[in-house]
Amino acid sequence: MSYDIAIIGAGVVGSLIARKLSKYDIKIALLEKCNDVAMGTSKANSAIVHAGFDALPGTLKADLNVKGTKLMGYLCEELSVPYKNIGSLVVAFSDEEMETLKELYERGIENNVPGLKIIGQDRLHELEPNVSKRALGALWAKTASIVCPYELTLAAAEVAVLNGVELYRNFAVNAIEFENELFTVKAESGEQVEAKYVINAAGIYSDYIASLIGDNSIEIVARKGEYLLMDKSLGGVVNHVIFQCPTKMGKGVLVTPTVDGNILTGPSAKDIEGKDDITTTSDELDMVRKYTSYSIPNVKLNAVITSFAGLRAHSKKGDFIIEPSKVNPHFINVAGIESPGLSAAPAIAEYVQDIMLDVCGRLPKKVKWHRTRPEPVRFRELSTVERRELIENDPAFGQIVCRCETVTEGEIIAACHGPIPAWDMDGVKRRTRAGMGRCQSGFCGPKVAEIIARERNKDLLDITKFGDNSNIVVGKTK
Amino acid sequence: MLKYDLVVVGGGPAGMAAALKAKECGVEKILICERDETLGGILEQCIHTGFGLHYFGEELSGPEYAARFITEVEKTDIDVKVNTMVLDITTNNVVIAINKQDGLMEISATAIVLAMGCRERPRGAISIPGTRPAGVMTAGTAQRFANIEGYLPGKEVVILGSGDIGLIMARRMTLEGAKVKAVCELMPYSSGLTRNIVQCLDDFDIPLKLSHTVTEIKGKERVEGVTISKVDGNLRPIPGTEEYIPCDTLMLSVGLLPENELSRSVGIRLDKVTGGAVVDQYRETNHEGIFACGNVLHVHDLVDFVTQEAQTAGEGAANYILGKKEYADYRVHTKGINGVRYVVPQRISMDGSEEPVKLYFRVGQVYTNATVKVTRNGNVIYAKKKRKLAPGEMENIVIKPEDIQEFSEGDYLFIEVEG
Amino acid sequence: MEVRELTCVACPMGCQLTASIDNGVVVSVTGNTCPRGKTYAETECTHPVRPLTTTVKVEGGKHPVVPVKSADAIPKEKMFDCMKVLNEVTVKAPVQIGDVIVEDICSTGVNIVATNIC
Repeated sequence: MSYDIAIIGAGVVGSLIARKLSKYDIKIALLEKCNDVAMGTSKANSAIVHAGFDALPGTLKADLNVKGTKLMGYLCEELSVPYKNIGSLVVAFSDEEMETLKELYERGIENNVPGLKIIGQDRLHELEPNVSKRALGALWAKTASIVCPYELTLAAAEVAVLNGVELYRNFAVNAIEFENELFTVKAESGEQVEAKYVINAAGIYSDYIASLIGDNSIEIVARKGEYLLMDKSLGGVVNHVIFQCPTKMGKGVLVTPTVDGNILTGPSAKDIEGKDDITTTSDELDMVRKYTSYSIPNVKLNAVITSFAGLRAHSKKGDFIIEPSKVNPHFINVAGIESPGLSAAPAIAEYVQDIMLDVCGRLPKKVKWHRTRPEPVRFRELSTVERRELIENDPAFGQIVCRCETVTEGEIIAACHGPIPAWDMDGVKRRTRAGMGRCQSGFCGPKVAEIIARERNKDLLDITKFGDNSNIVVGKTK
Repeated sequence: MLKYDLVVVGGGPAGMAAALKAKECGVEKILICERDETLGGILEQCIHTGFGLHYFGEELSGPEYAARFITEVEKTDIDVKVNTMVLDITTNNVVIAINKQDGLMEISATAIVLAMGCRERPRGAISIPGTRPAGVMTAGTAQRFANIEGYLPGKEVVILGSGDIGLIMARRMTLEGAKVKAVCELMPYSSGLTRNIVQCLDDFDIPLKLSHTVTEIKGKERVEGVTISKVDGNLRPIPGTEEYIPCDTLMLSVGLLPENELSRSVGIRLDKVTGGAVVDQYRETNHEGIFACGNVLHVHDLVDFVTQEAQTAGEGAANYILGKKEYADYRVHTKGINGVRYVVPQRISMDGSEEPVKLYFRVGQVYTNATVKVTRNGNVIYAKKKRKLAPGEMENIVIKPEDIQEFSEGDYLFIEVEG
Repeated sequence: MEVRELTCVACPMGCQLTASIDNGVVVSVTGNTCPRGKTYAETECTHPVRPLTTTVKVEGGKHPVVPVKSADAIPKEKMFDCMKVLNEVTVKAPVQIGDVIVEDICSTGVNIVATNIC
């Protein structure tokens, strides 16, 4: 197949770029190496929209963070993605750290971050009664928010697909050739697509992808962060994103509510060798526990329902790399998108759009462009009246499958037939939350697997957790 | 709005026995809401035998035990709604439930019996480090796959936790052709019944590794192996004791947790140790007219005791509905100390009843030739020698009302182990 | 005289039994709290038996398999032979509790019966 643009990587950056460019009347392929979108950094991160005072003034990070954060609220509303503007607090525990707050504040002002304020002990404890009594003050950033990052990615990719972008899943790029002004992008599976332009949004693999055209200027280190997710019963223990003062390795361990009402703590930060180590370790998780208790001494650490690790694409340059490759100007690198990458993503998409308009010249716009996607039904959020109506129209919404998160069969069926259908258990989980609750799919797992098998016309033996050989069962007993 | 005298939430052994008892006591309109497609609850997937010895005097499989009650329910005019999920209970005893046929229902109830059962503690709750591949599942999930769906959850299995479901599944998997390589237990003793260790592990030469835990899960897509380690007295893994066991499945049997989200939403006070409601001897919670029984109240070892307890709750609910409930002048609290982890009921309503009160309790470690004592202000009012006490087994003692007659409001009855 | 320590599996109580065996005959059992314990020790020391529970394939039923049990305990060493037989059995729905699925399995004199409806 031949395209105008091939985007490599259906993470939050690739998907938002795909959505942005889908308004032009061109052919676009979105190439993803996994079984679903949002399978890398986009599904395992802090889920924070940062205010923008961390990055050094003048950097792309600073600029795109502040712009992205400004765009995020509207974007999430438009795409019906869970988002809450709850504000963040960087908490200081010593006079030295109070000084750091001042630096962050000044940096924020320089970066054009609105709504910053340094508050003292009393005000801090008024806002957050559970923050350690030893805390001296905090930097309050009102624009900081929380968002569901994989839902954002999915929503963006769905809008792209609804506008004609072709999503290739399980397309693990392993070779790129360039001849007659045309790239041939080849996958491990033997599949290939041709494209006039390539956008490299491959996350932690963006250096590898660039190297396929001989561009060795990018070096990405995978920086692993481990997290603990707590039960909803802990909801309300904090109301803002609570940061500690930043260190060289990152923003320290944060404690934050999630858009779903859980509490998330982490990440640890460790540079790893290779790019596929998403193991959790007891040492790092112990560290997360320790720092969590440091900020919030009362937090009940036994309410953990799951732990996970994510990899951040840390570029040795220290800033985002968003530019045409020096090797081939038709190959656009969007690399080194580490924190605040999620916050910046909406602005990155606009920035890349501008680059594309620059390198491609004027692009024709589609006559009809779908700005958004059909809003997914979220039964647990509906009122009694809405629920009643919904079940009357489709009885499948009267069958609860996941009890912990109140997810109905109707929602799971919808996930299996959406613009980007869920193919596996984790895909259903990210789309519906079935299995995300406190029992972690103990009860609903077999039922969800059965529904997927039925909806996809497959045997349960072929149903996986997340594609490849991640099969749920290994055979029949009889 | 539908109206019932009694709504029972959960159609497992507890729910059915409570409903039947209430019927027997003369309650007219009773409804059982069951979330699964049939009555029976988790018994439907417990196809091994061992149920009913105390209650029926014979050894039945789970489905057979359930069937006896299902048959009884079918003989009565108790209404049953299956595939029905109770979403909420309001403070004025309105049950909100949904299913495909009736849609969203609001059911007003004079009394409610909570019988939602329990769920298994998942991997996340014990934070096993490593990857997150397919093939890590609770023993109960594996049991459902194997016994109801007919699928083999794995071929080479390591089981963490020696609770009864884990032990039972070790045998099930072995019989179905899988190789169970080890059962690891964090504690120095098993929390399962001894007989299950004999006939589920020893019979098949499956090693039970006490004081061991899984310290890492390996495998990118499906589990490829686990590292197990010995633990010290503080239950921390001892470096240098690691052993790698290749396997495609890690089954977890690391504890059961009463499912009390509904109870919490209606403001029922919960016991921190049992995870279930705080109840009196009639199994009435602090919310008048709401009773609880079975594994939602505290995790039982035998279903026979669930049935007994549910009958108590059913009778209590019936008395409440029929206006026969004697109001208590005051309440006496029970409390487990010195080795006794918990006691149910947590309080005794002193309403002039002359019925003896059965106290259920569990100990925190294994004792041999120990004495169970009940004391008040240091005075022993009851003592009994026990040959063996184990955390996996629920014990009970019976207190005669005359023993506690002189108690007053707020007094504590302590249950403890000596020896 | 040989002495064997056993855990009774006759019921969930799990009594610790001591059996004295003389010339292949159990001469005394202690530690049991009921007569079943004595019987268990005697059988266990001479010809151990176990109940067998598993599932068999069912056609046209609500689920793909239906649970079954041996109506009585079967010799322990024949457990896997019986499994082999049961793995090949397919029954047709409807199945009632107590329906005989296999008669006299592996010449044990014991029937395999269904333990649930399907």
